[in-house]
Amino acid sequence: MRALTWHGKHDVRVETVEDPEIVNPRDAIIRVTATAICGSDLHLYDGFIPTMRKGDILGHEFMGEVVDTGPRSTLRKGQRVVVPFTIACGNCYHCGKHQYAACDNGLPADNQDIAQTLYGQPMSGLFGYSHMTGGYAGGQAEYVRVPFSDVGPIAVPDGIDDEKVLFLSDILPTGWMAAENAEIEPGDTVAVWGCGPVGLFAVQSAFLMGAERVIAIDHFPHRLELAQKFGAETINFEKTQTYDALMEMTGGIGPDACIDAVGLEAHGFFVDNVWDQIKASTFLGTDRAHSIRQAIIACRKGGRVSMPGVYGGFIDKFPLGAFMEKGLTLKTGQTHVQHYMPGLLQAVLEGKIDTTFLISHRLPLEQAPQGYKMFHDRQNEVTKVVLKPGLAAA
Amino acid sequence: MSEHLTDSAPPAASKDRSANQYAGEGLGHVAGETVVGQAVTINRSATELFSFFRDFANLPAFMENVARVEVLDDERSRWAVKAPGGNIVEWTSSITDLVPGTLIAWASEKGADVPNRGRIDFRPAGARGTVVTATIVYDPPAGAIGRLVAKLFQREPAIQARRDLRRFKQLMETGEVATAARTRRAHDEEKG
Repeated sequence: MRALTWHGKHDVRVETVEDPEIVNPRDAIIRVTATAICGSDLHLYDGFIPTMRKGDILGHEFMGEVVDTGPRSTLRKGQRVVVPFTIACGNCYHCGKHQYAACDNGLPADNQDIAQTLYGQPMSGLFGYSHMTGGYAGGQAEYVRVPFSDVGPIAVPDGIDDEKVLFLSDILPTGWMAAENAEIEPGDTVAVWGCGPVGLFAVQSAFLMGAERVIAIDHFPHRLELAQKFGAETINFEKTQTYDALMEMTGGIGPDACIDAVGLEAHGFFVDNVWDQIKASTFLGTDRAHSIRQAIIACRKGGRVSMPGVYGGFIDKFPLGAFMEKGLTLKTGQTHVQHYMPGLLQAVLEGKIDTTFLISHRLPLEQAPQGYKMFHDRQNEVTKVVLKPGLAAA
Repeated sequence: MSEHLTDSAPPAASKDRSANQYAGEGLGHVAGETVVGQAVTINRSATELFSFFRDFANLPAFMENVARVEVLDDERSRWAVKAPGGNIVEWTSSITDLVPGTLIAWASEKGADVPNRGRIDFRPAGARGTVVTATIVYDPPAGAIGRLVAKLFQREPAIQARRDLRRFKQLMETGEVATAARTRRAHDEEKG
């Protein structure tokens, strides 16, 4: 089959590799009909994530048709399914509590050592996202082996377009959980850093959860425009002092809840950010983290900070004093996708949430490397690239 | 000694290597031997876990370095274990203590390539299932250097025990051992 493989910083290729097979009893093989490039794939593309190996197949947002099933899979051949990016067993203590991203058994035993050393305990497996998260081949390919297929994939009705449900795999649940973690109360003002897909879904989710005002922060005009379409007020941080604006817009209180949907590759020319870049390039520290610092400083006393943005390692100059003195609550984590999928599928089918507005580019799988480059270089107009293995080359 | 008494941490986690001997308590630890202690919580009953473990022929399913276990009789079994450098080490083991649903202890018989003994404890943990603790005392070939070499080849008993317990948990909770292998051939090679 053909698959998008990683070879190093800014070097991804479409190559012919061996087809996947059923290996374990609960596996299924999915023929991919649509797969997206995620903002967090750019962390891999930029070489920020350790434990990548040449030839690794990327992609963790994908859906398709079931073509083969192991004896303990509950899927049927021909079913259309969306696959969660988290690989979780459904049997362990954490899965029992619907903390799927904390599954004890999703990672192969040997791969658990790295995460245990770095984080204290190993997390669930992820598709196409380094060997620390299991070394599982991802979905930017013609076919994927999906472990624990009786727990993860959700069947979607025939006749509904791939593009309407594809984002159930990651970014829609991630945006939703970000808003849920912000513990929004009716009448709240919520500030969202980053108007990428997760930030934009967090904006929509925050309103659905009762926020009175949402203030979205970014520097790409097109993304700010999308946020405005969903009713958000906006701040362009290149032109505006974000903290000053937030304080004035909230009558000197600060936002009740702050969502950092940026993560470790925060853009922008801030003093602490430049220092982070120097350290990142000299391996002194891994994460560039302006947005989380700003969210903590801006957040009102006793407020909530939600952090869906991906961080991998350590940061310094974390405003721990402000965090403690103001009595903030911070909630974060990889998304418990399996927990949110059924409810969000229903919301999509009922037309309560629209996800297709996000897709700016559709490419055949063969053009995936161009997709990465344009997503990386032109973030203003390239909001989401969807790869379709079945699509004829342009 | 008083310091030891005010610290309720498991002795195998001590910074003082000589304190390791306490972990071997009841296992007759002597100087120069290495003690490994590992615990995992498995979402199954102690009875279920014990009976699966008690049938030693089941063990290679999750003990990746165990090439085979031949059950000789009720108490004795013959073990072939992969060692660094593609070698196989062998010994005969006999059960030294057995409390159904609670404890299995063993010791290798005289003439073992790597003299070892240990115990597996199964302790009910309420809604979380069962805490399974492995304590293994062994005499590494060529002492500390042998241990280092084994570690480099990832066949060191502490690493083996940690990973084996995780695989035991996976097998008992999910019915399979997690793998990222994309093909059956790659999977076989991994298990090699």
